[in-house]
Amino acid sequence: MNPVYYLYLAALLFTIGAAGVLIRRNAIVVFMCIELMLNACNLAFVTFSRMHGNLDGQIIAFFTMVVAAAEVVVGLAIIVTIFRTRHTASVDDASLMKL
Amino acid sequence: MENLIALLVAAPLVGAALLLCGGKRLDRAGHWIGTLLAVASFAVAAVLFADMLGKSAGDRALHQHLFSWIPVGGFRADLAFQLDQLSMTFVLLITGVGSLIHIYSIGYMEHDERRRRFFGYLNLFLAAMLLLVLADNYLLLYVGWEGVGLASYLLIGFWQHKPSAATAAKKAFLVNRVGDVGLSIAIMLMFTTFGTFAFGPVLAATGDTGEGKLTAIGLMLLLAACGKSAQVPLQSWLGDAMEGPTPVSALIHAATMVTAGVYLITRSGAIFNAAPDAQMAVVVVGAVTLLFGAIVGCAKDDIKKALAGSTMSQIGYMILAAGLGPIGYAFAIMHLVTHGFFKAGLFLGAGSVMHGMNDEVDMRRYGGLRRYMPVTFITFGLGYLAIIGFPGLSGFFSKDKIIEAAFAKGGTEGWILGGAALLGAAITAFYMTRVMLMTFFGEKRWDPQEVHPHESPKTMTIPMIVLAVGSVFAGGLFSINDAFVSWLEPVTSFEHGHSPLSATATTTATIVVLLVGAGLAWLMYGRKPVPAVAPRGSLLTRAARRDLLQDDFNHVVLVRGGEHLTRTLVYLDHSLVDGAVNGTAATMGGLSGRLRQLQSGFVRSYAVQMLGGAAVLVAATLLMRGV
Repeated sequence: MNPVYYLYLAALLFTIGAAGVLIRRNAIVVFMCIELMLNACNLAFVTFSRMHGNLDGQIIAFFTMVVAAAEVVVGLAIIVTIFRTRHTASVDDASLMKL
Repeated sequence: MENLIALLVAAPLVGAALLLCGGKRLDRAGHWIGTLLAVASFAVAAVLFADMLGKSAGDRALHQHLFSWIPVGGFRADLAFQLDQLSMTFVLLITGVGSLIHIYSIGYMEHDERRRRFFGYLNLFLAAMLLLVLADNYLLLYVGWEGVGLASYLLIGFWQHKPSAATAAKKAFLVNRVGDVGLSIAIMLMFTTFGTFAFGPVLAATGDTGEGKLTAIGLMLLLAACGKSAQVPLQSWLGDAMEGPTPVSALIHAATMVTAGVYLITRSGAIFNAAPDAQMAVVVVGAVTLLFGAIVGCAKDDIKKALAGSTMSQIGYMILAAGLGPIGYAFAIMHLVTHGFFKAGLFLGAGSVMHGMNDEVDMRRYGGLRRYMPVTFITFGLGYLAIIGFPGLSGFFSKDKIIEAAFAKGGTEGWILGGAALLGAAITAFYMTRVMLMTFFGEKRWDPQEVHPHESPKTMTIPMIVLAVGSVFAGGLFSINDAFVSWLEPVTSFEHGHSPLSATATTTATIVVLLVGAGLAWLMYGRKPVPAVAPRGSLLTRAARRDLLQDDFNHVVLVRGGEHLTRTLVYLDHSLVDGAVNGTAATMGGLSGRLRQLQSGFVRSYAVQMLGGAAVLVAATLLMRGV
């Protein structure tokens, strides 16, 4: 199977994720869309690794996953705190630093 | 012996420190401490004088080096004293008259609750003035010069609760400052020219220095002398300075401080001798001032202001004589000393009159006081005879010599200067006779119910008597065998002037103008009763009452000019400087207002920006690759 299709898929996933980030207001959904974009990137990296015949892309994919995991921990904690204080998870409502 | 010199300055300085820092504990003894230290300084001066007389003329000068004051690289300023015949003359005058006036002040300031402070200031003045005349370099002289200015300011404004006194003190200080700038520039010029400012090297090096530089230094020194000695054009402060207590007027504004300018010019004689243009300026200033002061003195009804005009005029004589060069220096100093006696005596007499008349200063409210104050009348009268140059008294000898020297200047200048000096003598006789007649003769113009004129206490009359004795005999004593001239000759050098008029002719002319002036005053104020309210008077009288419009001139030219200048500067500051600063700030504010719009706080708009940025970067990378 032609690896370029994987790239198309990655592009599609990235676009869906980006559109989600820009359009949706719910912080959880935005967050999931960011994950989607990250994974689209991962897919692209792995595909490139396959196409070039070396492991660089796969190593980077691992890095991305580690960073994404860390990011999820911090990000979710922030979202939970925002929800507790503001009683909403909308990213547009949290436009000011102070309450 | 030279170790005693520092003691001269130290005694009054210690007195000033004690009295000004001692607090109320010293209130009861303060005036005795001050007087004692002034007399102590005089005693030291007398010892030094006796010692000096015992030596030959050549090695009379003493020198005391205390310590190196500012040693920085090639710059060296020493705290060192020099006591030669010129300084000695001044030291004796300052400590002698100073001590007498301290004694007088004990009585005069008896009812003033700030008497201790007054004596502290007087001691401070003595210390500064002695420093001025004892310094062996111009920088130390400058310290004394500023010190007497400070003491003068403090004492003119001693009754600072009176706004007029506070203003007069400020005026004196400011006008003096103009002169002081001249002195500081002169000292800087000296340093750049000669590399030092000690009297010895500077005055010795004048022979091989360009005339232009010497003229500049001379003119700056003249400016300094004008400020301190109240000479035209910086004369306006002296009349107002009479707001101070009368002993201050006698000591500072008649006998000693105002003569500092004469000292400066005489001390710097070598510079002026080598710079004829500067010397000419000195002569002109002296001649103009001697007439100016005399005319002002004729119109004043305030007894102290009339005497102030007279002081200005007499110092004009001294400056004139000092400007004549070696033919005049000794006579300038001789007139300075005799003037110190009779003018201090006259001021103390005026103070005594005021003391008996409830501090009234308007001579139109005096009259017929000779019966009530016999001692004051006689001492004032002797001072009066001395100042107008009555034959045989001090003023006769010293003033006559100056007039003779002015004629001896030679050529047309000589005739003009001599004529001015003679005219001044006539006016002097006129205004002093006027003061005398209005105060002690004629009918009473005061209310016997309210005023009870009485003779002053002994502490006041004794100094007046001593000064009167000096006014009578000093001039004659100095003139025996030209004693004074030969005493000063090693310092100031002396040349006999060759007057186109014979000495007898000059003396006769002096006596004739004296009689004319005094007679004219008698016709106007002695024969007719003096009106209690001043008549309107001629244009000249009215101008003279306003100090010949000097304040108006200063107001129109300097004050208004200054105001216009500052207004222009304020306008420029507001429009240009503030405009630039505020404009920059406004531009930055506007810009940042726009930029702030980007920071909306909405996460999604940031996300768009990031996406856009990333897209641009990717596009740019691809494009660059394509190229």
